[in-house]
Amino acid sequence: MATFSAADGLILLLYLFFVGGIGFSLRPYIRTSNDFLLAGRALPAWIGGLALACISIGGEEIVAMGALGAHYGLEGAQLFGVGAIPAMLFAGLYMMPVYYASKARTVPEYLGLRFDAKTRAVYACTFPAMTILGAGAALYVMARAVTALNVFNGLFYARHWPIDAVLPVAIAIPALLVLAIVLLGGLTGAMYSQVMQFFVILAGILPVVLIGLRNSGGWAGLKKALPGYMHEWHALSWTGSGPLGLGGVGLCLGLGVALAGSAWCVDFRLLQTAFAAKDAGAARRVPVVAAFIRIFLPFVVVLPGLLAISLPTPQSTTTITIENGAIVRNTEVVSQAAEAGKGIVPAQADPASGKPLKDAAGNTILDYAAATPNLLVRYLPEGLLGLGLAALLAGLMSGVTAAVTAFTSVFVRDIYQPWIRSDAADAHYLAVARWTTLGAVVVSAGVGFAAAYLGRGVVAVALILLLVNTPLFATFLLGMFWKRTTGHGAFTGMISGMAACVIHYGLTLPAGAHPGLHGGWIAVLHRYPNAIAQAAWTALFGFAVNLIGAAAVSLGTRARTSDELAGLVYGQLPPGKGTKKGWLKQPETWAVAALLLTIAVNVFFA
Amino acid sequence: MNIDVRIPMGMMFTLMGAVLMAFGLSTRGNAEIYARCLGVNLNLWCGVSLLIFGLIMVSFGRRGQTKIQKRQEGRTAKRS
Repeated sequence: MATFSAADGLILLLYLFFVGGIGFSLRPYIRTSNDFLLAGRALPAWIGGLALACISIGGEEIVAMGALGAHYGLEGAQLFGVGAIPAMLFAGLYMMPVYYASKARTVPEYLGLRFDAKTRAVYACTFPAMTILGAGAALYVMARAVTALNVFNGLFYARHWPIDAVLPVAIAIPALLVLAIVLLGGLTGAMYSQVMQFFVILAGILPVVLIGLRNSGGWAGLKKALPGYMHEWHALSWTGSGPLGLGGVGLCLGLGVALAGSAWCVDFRLLQTAFAAKDAGAARRVPVVAAFIRIFLPFVVVLPGLLAISLPTPQSTTTITIENGAIVRNTEVVSQAAEAGKGIVPAQADPASGKPLKDAAGNTILDYAAATPNLLVRYLPEGLLGLGLAALLAGLMSGVTAAVTAFTSVFVRDIYQPWIRSDAADAHYLAVARWTTLGAVVVSAGVGFAAAYLGRGVVAVALILLLVNTPLFATFLLGMFWKRTTGHGAFTGMISGMAACVIHYGLTLPAGAHPGLHGGWIAVLHRYPNAIAQAAWTALFGFAVNLIGAAAVSLGTRARTSDELAGLVYGQLPPGKGTKKGWLKQPETWAVAALLLTIAVNVFFA
Repeated sequence: MNIDVRIPMGMMFTLMGAVLMAFGLSTRGNAEIYARCLGVNLNLWCGVSLLIFGLIMVSFGRRGQTKIQKRQEGRTAKRS
């Protein structure tokens, strides 16, 4: 088993010092509430793009994407191509200009400007709930992944600290760092730290991928070791027979439009990086820059999962040797859960008996989230292991900082300012923002601790809240591109879309799951092959109901005049600042290039 | 903003690279440590790459920082 050495510690400390210290060096420059919440709208596109790419693999995603690779093979990379790139480019080219021209400081504020106070209020309540629970769930999932590696056990034994304390400490330390970064540096600190974290993730995981590929004999060797896993598109059919089980409709509309749109075009955790851009041109370029980076991210985050299952599964072995005439038995015992696993991905163990768990269909449940962390420990030598752990921590913290800053912005701008106190001086809002940040970190750490003691239910609730927010993309799509949409229509659509999501989730269940938190609490009418298919179809149902409901009510209510909508809908925008001349400098050109590159990469790995 | 992020980032990677390189050099030929990564001295290689990356980032950052300062001086000159 790997242990934590002084060299690892030094690397980890260097990482913590510089990333945590970024807030301190920015502290003197944070003077107004807009400096704190919007980075003073002064950041160039490349910082926004790198931060956005980093957040998108942040939180628990850094292990979840490895889990995806281990579970579904290269098909998991579909989430990166169809499931992200088109939506990112759409957000950059067509939605950011509207957001930026509207002068809204948050996504819910745009709803208030375009429609009315009630639509804004609904989103200003559901969004913070989703972000805070998501951040708490991410803290718990990552702390559990780090604890399962047992690398810190030696450190704790040596100091006579209780071994049970590893998990709470692994929740508390990232939470405290996030607090230091955001409290002192605001959104600028958060985004600067995300840029740094992005390169830490690359530096920590790339060596593992390269050495893992070399171990399995390169790409061709990996293909030979994992038949059926190494094709991204071979198993696709319209009905969905592949491992991911989405089918063409579910993939294109469910994943590509409803789920991806609700993330890249609406989710303020991601979009705040573009809101902070220095001008309208830079705001448009942020998602395009991020799209280029994301095309190549599967090699860093999905491939480790495939490498992990390609390795031989550990087995308990007894070797007998004869030394000086005496028979020496050497037994290496591997836990039952590891033996029942696939490659170095262990089975989920029953905490009481240590026996591998089975699902409702009698199959062993594998702990896919362990794929990437286990691979790091398997290959990284003393010294680099510190950097590998820093990469996991970097992934986690980038996601949690994004959640905390987005929560703070929405709370201050869309709850505190309109509903509690609207006439205070700017210094007051800056102070409120700082207190909100403190509150957000405390609550998300609390959710993390709760998850540690109450179990995975909290993680499932976070997922349900995420799903409830997915129909919102339809509201924004109609609001921005159809002038006829009215406030009453948008409101009806939002509420009915959310209700449709909850009902669909309550009527369906992924294969192998028991009714309850994973769906099916009303009745089980349909079983999806897995949770991703269920999420994509839930989002699609909500999206469709929202779209139809909003359009129908809009046609029956009085629309706002064109003059009132100046700067709020596409087609009525003032010329944006920061647009560069020459076709080579247009974001459209780069968007087309990104699309072609995506297609090329997908064809290559088909 | 007022600080070019490439400077702290470059400093971090330069120091990390130096530490890893030193550790890699001192453990050269230690087969036990590098057994898990196919006998490649991964610390040395990664240390060197990170060091180079860090130094490049710092030099770019320096250039960016002078630009930021010039812009700010221009702004204060305009105001006064």
